Amino acid sequence: MLGALGELRLWEIVVLSLRVSLSAVALATIAGLPLGAALAVGRFPGRHAVVVVLNALMGLPPVVVGLAVYLLLSRAGPLGGLGLLFTPGAMVVAQTLLILPIIAALCRQSVEDAWREYDEQLRSLGVHGMRAAATVLWDIRFSLLTAVLAGLGRASAEVGAVMIVGGNIDGVTRVMTTTIALETSKGDLPLALGLGIVLVAIVLAINAAAYLVKEAAQRKYG
Amino acid sequence: MILPLSLEAVAYGVGQKPIITPLSLELSAGASTILLGANGAGKSVLMRLMHGLLSPTAGRVVWHEPEAARQRRLQAMVFQRPVMLRRSALENVRYVLRAAGEDASDSRALQALDEVGLRHVASQPARALSGGEQQRLALARAWALHPEVLFLDEPSASLDPSATREIEALVQAFDAAGTKIIMATHNLGQARRLGDEVLFLHQGRLVERAPVEAFFTRPASPEAAAFIRGELPWV
Ligand SMILES: Nc1ncnc2c1ncn2[C@@H]1O[C@H](COP(=O)(O)OP(=O)(O)OP(=O)(O)O)[C@@H](O)[C@H]1O
Ligand SMILES: [Mg+2]
Repeated sequence: MLGALGELRLWEIVVLSLRVSLSAVALATIAGLPLGAALAVGRFPGRHAVVVVLNALMGLPPVVVGLAVYLLLSRAGPLGGLGLLFTPGAMVVAQTLLILPIIAALCRQSVEDAWREYDEQLRSLGVHGMRAAATVLWDIRFSLLTAVLAGLGRASAEVGAVMIVGGNIDGVTRVMTTTIALETSKGDLPLALGLGIVLVAIVLAINAAAYLVKEAAQRKYG
Repeated sequence: MILPLSLEAVAYGVGQKPIITPLSLELSAGASTILLGANGAGKSVLMRLMHGLLSPTAGRVVWHEPEAARQRRLQAMVFQRPVMLRRSALENVRYVLRAAGEDASDSRALQALDEVGLRHVASQPARALSGGEQQRLALARAWALHPEVLFLDEPSASLDPSATREIEALVQAFDAAGTKIIMATHNLGQARRLGDEVLFLHQGRLVERAPVEAFFTRPASPEAAAFIRGELPWV
């Protein structure tokens, strides 16, 4: 119902969406897992406050993140010199900030639970420091993967942040969610619907993967 | 040889609350030592102090072996609630072998599982095992290490009589292999079956130390007498 050209456009948009969200997930994972792990085992003043704030940030409205990143990257903003605004790079930055708290907070919870359980046993075995951390992280790797998938699900479905910092420029920063919003308001329902179906399929696949990972891990490792 | 172990005026407290009041004692190889005392008497804390999981707030815990890594390597502890790594039974044993810098081959780990009768569940996830099997796996991990000292904190606390007997047989096997047993229990029959001497704690105080038969037949302190009466109401 789209025609060859429409289909080409559709796939370009899908590919850009995935590139942006996967990049954001990669960055948020690289920063979020160590941050979560450090919060789980570190003992420093204000730790509880940080944990509470982090948990609260999990529900951050994407438009607010978009606004903050917009201010940061706009010509007059502190990082305006980078010239990132209205590029896919800006969208990656916004989504990274959006899902970093999710990945870090879920990671903190898993690490803290496992650590509380393992701590004495590992010390009894003379396992300390990096080695103890590696043991715990390895043993909860499936929970960590679930945390990353939760971040991916959130990134691929959000519209507010990428709309504001990307500007929804045709062929440059137009992703699935922003296109759906725009085309629907313009009345081009076939493209919006086509993208909507792809988006739902992707989100479903991510959630199915998260579910299967958890199930398999539960069965295999208890 | 890391034994004997000396506690020199060891005390432990949290904030203002004293949990172990200063106590001095020496534990040497051979005799199996049983820690007895009511809930909250301080048995678990005392064992953690000995094993080095807690640092005393006063006094010193001194092993004959001065080098920390060797001290650690030659002790093992089995906790009341066994901590099962999220791995198979076999991998649990291989993990402790690797941690100790030993040969962590499958065959070596399987030998330890054989010892506790768990070879048939080697590839099963440790956390899916029954309580008794988990406790035996914890003993297999300790067995693989050939420790000189084995701490056991109520190893059969939530097990049925047959699983308890299996644990006791394994503790006896450790003893026969020359491992020094230091065990807390609320099971007085078990204390008699497995122990040579009793350390009796009351409210964080070491009230009495006596050979096991003497302790049960002629407790020297009124606290110990009351404890034995209380735990064995039919006597
Ligand atoms: N970290 C801690 N903070 C505060 N109190 C503690 C702490 N650890 C232990 N205690 C207290 O120390 C006392 C001794 O505890 P411990 O666990 O050694 O008793 P126990 O003899 O092993 O008892 P049980 O037979 O119930 O296992 C208890 O009153 C307990 O509440
Ligand atoms: Mg206890």
